[in-house]
Amino acid sequence: MTRSTIEITTTRDDHRVARLAALAIMLHLIEAILPSPLPGVKPGTANIVTLYVLYRFDFATAAWVSLLRVVAGSLLLGNFLSPAFVLSLTGALCSLLILRAAMALPRARFGAITLSVLAAFAHIAGQLLVVRLWLIPHAGVAFLIPVFAAAALFFGTINGLITARLLRENVGNA
Amino acid sequence: MSFPKPLAGDWLVLIIATVIVAALFATLWHNEQAGKVRIRAGDAVFATLSLAQKRILDVPGPLGISRVEIDQGRVRVASDPGRHQYCVKQGWLTRVGEVAMCLPNQVSVELLGEGKAYDSLNY
Repeated sequence: MTRSTIEITTTRDDHRVARLAALAIMLHLIEAILPSPLPGVKPGTANIVTLYVLYRFDFATAAWVSLLRVVAGSLLLGNFLSPAFVLSLTGALCSLLILRAAMALPRARFGAITLSVLAAFAHIAGQLLVVRLWLIPHAGVAFLIPVFAAAALFFGTINGLITARLLRENVGNA
Repeated sequence: MSFPKPLAGDWLVLIIATVIVAALFATLWHNEQAGKVRIRAGDAVFATLSLAQKRILDVPGPLGISRVEIDQGRVRVASDPGRHQYCVKQGWLTRVGEVAMCLPNQVSVELLGEGKAYDSLNY
């Protein structure tokens, strides 16, 4: 019997993306275990990795890490293609979109906190839209908006602070 | 633990975001004060009254009289012949959409605002 091996050539960049995505997936899984007072309110610490990658590398790498995290995270949690996965993906895509736009802001004035807060708001706005249009088509969803917005502000700020600190402490490291 | 200080733009974003969150709470969490109360007995509307008055009504049901008390913007079921007394224990109702039902005696009071607020009972 001939042994067949499939050789996939990987680049250094691939390894870097995989390593960072693994870190994000780990944070994603830890948060999935943590109980939450309100379903959907989560710290979103995996976004720290996305932001860090955005600053250290580029947008493409950040998008890879973020989307790999969503897909691989859902496979590990067993909710791939479920509503939870769709919400997760919507949040990640909205965050990435606003991060792409926010990169145009002057770096000297707007730091990681700005990007983190904007991403958190985009994340929750996209998710609430999906919830309203698809999962719970009821006007009562509006009642939850202030709570989620407050959570986005709170955790967005904290994640931004952590990202800024990581960037300061790891100057020049990946 | 020390964190890098937010930049000028970060502060701007944080302030704007805080204002937005506060505005969302103010607009979406307005606990509209009710203006009217609708009292039902059986399958008929017994009365629809303004809350801006002090008044006690005796509403007849199959078990007897349920006493509804309106008091300047709030309403309660003061007494009811039913066994569990759930509607009496609910106490004063003030907000649009609040309902107290005395099921055994088939009497209910419901608070109304300008528009009818939705709840799980009528949605």
